[in-house]
Amino acid sequence: MSITLNGKDVSLQSGVDTVDKLLSHYQLENRIVIIEVNKVIILKENYKTTSLSHGDVVEIIHFVGGG
Amino acid sequence: MTTRYSRHELFLGSEAQAEINKASVIIIGAGALGSASSEMLARAGIGRVTIVDRDYVELSNLQRQQLYTEEDARNQMPKAIAAKTRLRQINSDIIINSFIEDVNGQNVEELIKNHSVIVDATDNFETSLVVNDAAVKHGIPYLFGACVGSYGLTYPIIPTDTPCLNCLLDHLPMDGMTCDRVGVISPIVQIIAAQQVTHVLKILSGKKLSPMLQSMDIWENEKAEINVTQLRKQNCPTCGEQPTYPFLLIENQLKTDVLCGRDAVQLRPGLRSDTFSLPRLLKRVENYVTNPVLNRYLLSCNIDDYRIVFFNDGRAIIHGTNEAKKAREIYNRLIQFY
Ligand SMILES: [Zn+2]
Repeated sequence: MSITLNGKDVSLQSGVDTVDKLLSHYQLENRIVIIEVNKVIILKENYKTTSLSHGDVVEIIHFVGGG
Repeated sequence: MTTRYSRHELFLGSEAQAEINKASVIIIGAGALGSASSEMLARAGIGRVTIVDRDYVELSNLQRQQLYTEEDARNQMPKAIAAKTRLRQINSDIIINSFIEDVNGQNVEELIKNHSVIVDATDNFETSLVVNDAAVKHGIPYLFGACVGSYGLTYPIIPTDTPCLNCLLDHLPMDGMTCDRVGVISPIVQIIAAQQVTHVLKILSGKKLSPMLQSMDIWENEKAEINVTQLRKQNCPTCGEQPTYPFLLIENQLKTDVLCGRDAVQLRPGLRSDTFSLPRLLKRVENYVTNPVLNRYLLSCNIDDYRIVFFNDGRAIIHGTNEAKKAREIYNRLIQFY
């Protein structure tokens, strides 16, 4: 399936079908992130149960500490 | 028009420029972001610019920290002083104050008071949370910004209006990813600082800012933005109904002591840890460490080339470094899983 991630079309390999798996896929599982799926922010406790569908519009912003 | 701020007046209007000339802005940190934003703010004619930084200029700063010169690096000038000297050459009509200080819960309120806006240019997340507490407590807009590699993000905190930085986080602060480990290119610094300064100009022009978290990766040409209104927490310890401003309390700050001659650093977390459980910690970090040893007094384990020993009171000793910053990084890499 493909989704729009931070404004770009990306196709996800099969198995990457939840928010939780998407974050692991991008190695962001241990980071402070804010993630939005179709304009709704997903709370951390719902990462595992929020599934992704073809055409979803996803924004991910992770925090860093440099400056 | 030939006046100094004529281009501003044409774009923003002369009333807005008058506000800018009256305003006072404090920039927390004078590294890459602070160099870039303070130069723009000084040129814009901000009436009083305050700079706080604890560091001195080194050669490796010059690639991106635009206020400094080779001479500053040779002389190991404190950044706060070097920045002030340069900014004065740029605009002698404004007041520039500078402080060589490490911003923390004890001095932050004194530093920020009597300023109209605070610009974040710290190099670590923990200090940003300290400033967030002080900004909300004193009702001063705080423009968060950070960058590393080719990536950066910004977020405007407008007290009582937008969720605060603390609302956005439900982790312990961690500073696992800093410039020292992955580097940074100057274009992202310029973009993040430019966004922060744009926010300053908008605030001073009376424009309302929305709670928009924005990120950008200039190398990948990727952008994201999320409206975080829904993340406002009623019980936020910083901006909620009964604020305690946890990052201003001395006991809530992670303290580091370099143990001389032992190639080790001790860390003492500020947060009360009556419930700190070593077995629980071990369970959480098992997959990331090697050679764990747990007894009723301590948990000891290896990560990379370091050995870290946690005690029942949450204290830890990191062996294999005598740098506080490195020790913090290792500590945070593990404690975030707790
Ligand atoms: Zn808050």
